[in-house]
Amino acid sequence: MLAFAFKRLAQSVAVLFVMSGLVFAGVYAIGDPVAILVSPQADQEEIARATAALGLDQPLWRQYGNFIAGALGGDLGRSFVSNVSAMQLILERMPATLELAVAAMVIAVALGIPLGLWAGLRPDSWAARTIMAGSILGFSLPTFWVGVMLIMVFSVTLGWLPPTGRGATVTVLGVPVSFLTMDGLRHLFMPALNLALFQLALLIRLTRAGTREALAQDYVRFARAKGLSMARVLRVHVLKNILIPVVTVTGLEFGSLIAFAIVTETIFAWPGMGKLLIDSINALDRPVIVAYLLIIVVLFVLINLVVDLVYTALDPRVRLAGRAA
Amino acid sequence: MTTASSPHSPHVSPLSGFWRDYARDRIAVAAVAAMALILLSAIFAPLLSPQNPYDLAQLDILDAKLAPGAKASAGFTYWLGSDDQGRDMASAILYGLRISLGVGVASTLIALAIGVAVGLAAGYAGGWVDGLIMRIVDLQLSFPSILIALVLLAAVGQGVDKIVIALVLVQWAYYARTVRGTALVEKRKEYVEAARVMAFGRMRIVIRHLLPNVLPPLIVVATVQVAHAIALEATLSFLGLGMPITEPSLGLLIANGFVHLLSGRYWISFFPGVALLITIVAINLVGDRLRDVLNPRLGSHYGA
Repeated sequence: MLAFAFKRLAQSVAVLFVMSGLVFAGVYAIGDPVAILVSPQADQEEIARATAALGLDQPLWRQYGNFIAGALGGDLGRSFVSNVSAMQLILERMPATLELAVAAMVIAVALGIPLGLWAGLRPDSWAARTIMAGSILGFSLPTFWVGVMLIMVFSVTLGWLPPTGRGATVTVLGVPVSFLTMDGLRHLFMPALNLALFQLALLIRLTRAGTREALAQDYVRFARAKGLSMARVLRVHVLKNILIPVVTVTGLEFGSLIAFAIVTETIFAWPGMGKLLIDSINALDRPVIVAYLLIIVVLFVLINLVVDLVYTALDPRVRLAGRAA
Repeated sequence: MTTASSPHSPHVSPLSGFWRDYARDRIAVAAVAAMALILLSAIFAPLLSPQNPYDLAQLDILDAKLAPGAKASAGFTYWLGSDDQGRDMASAILYGLRISLGVGVASTLIALAIGVAVGLAAGYAGGWVDGLIMRIVDLQLSFPSILIALVLLAAVGQGVDKIVIALVLVQWAYYARTVRGTALVEKRKEYVEAARVMAFGRMRIVIRHLLPNVLPPLIVVATVQVAHAIALEATLSFLGLGMPITEPSLGLLIANGFVHLLSGRYWISFFPGVALLITIVAINLVGDRLRDVLNPRLGSHYGA
């Protein structure tokens, strides 16, 4: 088990290096950031001075070397636009994105598993068919359109919820969170629901498939023959067995949630990392773009690693096979 | 499972037998009808729309933000209203559908070609070639498509060709992985061994023998991926990174209308959204039904 963990860790570090190279090449090697930041009337001397000041006149490999040296020390450059450390900008806004992503995951799991179980138990019932039709809608509808519609219905027509922004925050352990206040919850509800929809549809289908498969197994029939109630069979036997693929998919999709938060944050003006990325792309603020991508890569590699380890720990078949091998 | 298309009833062609199987689900038939309608509207957009929304000379800024049903200064009716630049929504939607469908289908086909080529090469060659290609594929697949497309478009700028390139780059890996899996299985079958014994060249075996057997499962995947590509293009346009503002696709139209939602002019965002929605849902329904019909585990005998 330990050897497995070390191997995965080494692989992850290798992936990090490759991705950092790709990200750097993609963002720094294409186009000319100086043109944006210098006034159109600048003469050659001013442009040369600006280029030198931003470090863009050095050969590419040297820029990359400086970049990696800085990155290992936590310094990913200063934003071209606001001259604040790029790392600091991103870390300031990360709690907001994480809050949104976690809220979305909670909604997806809390609604998805029960609905999927229901649809799996009585697959031909009217309720199950509605749930399945709803799930097709859930992953077909583009996220941004659902967001726009949610605002239209709940804010413009009904006036129940505020359309944009993050609510009042409370600082917990030095991190500002907004779900502990009523105002915060009112602001959090729509964006979280919007982000959760795709996940929800996926989970419903997954849970339903797993439930139908599990119910056909012999151990369930034996348990029912023994006289156990359906509720107990579900709770003790079926749920545990379908949880493994559900946990794996949910964990891996968490990274996807953080990525799709870009769209949701733009629509709902949620002050997170995603909105920062879009603003930086429009302003050609390269250090921030690169910092964001690197942090996302680190996050993803971490998530994959954790999911791998959790999966190995959860599924006794994998553990025993590993030991026997 | 015997149906009318079994080889014992020579009067039913395989295609009509397939349609009969497919048509058992009414909703799927409706989805195909919707898709056909959308496709025809997109192809004949210049004939159907009263105004060419890309021709700036035809737009009248004084006609901006009119409600659905208002009359234009040029004489025709804005059935779906007009947007903030005076574009007729109905025309803009038809032309936008063209771009969305064109980009979606083109990128899927190109990604399919590349993915199939790479997947077949990896699956048939095996060894370190297979390992290397699969490493690259896994790396790409572990990141969400929107991030890859976003960074690419941020680097290369706007335009139809660049969007197609970005979408192709996002999708090819998925096909490559699927095809490689099928190729690995087919490689061990006897017809491949027989072909090799007959001293056919590798290229010939791959193209004439492996390829036809690898394609059927891809039909379903490709159909659903077209919907996914259309949704991705719309999302990118919505974020401002897709089509330029003078040739709006559906995503950009929705983005334009977004700022007017809070003042009650819902039609600028709503109608393009409905058009996009129907397109994507119809394609997904068709793909779902195709998967059920072609699934060998449910008794299909259409190969694969």
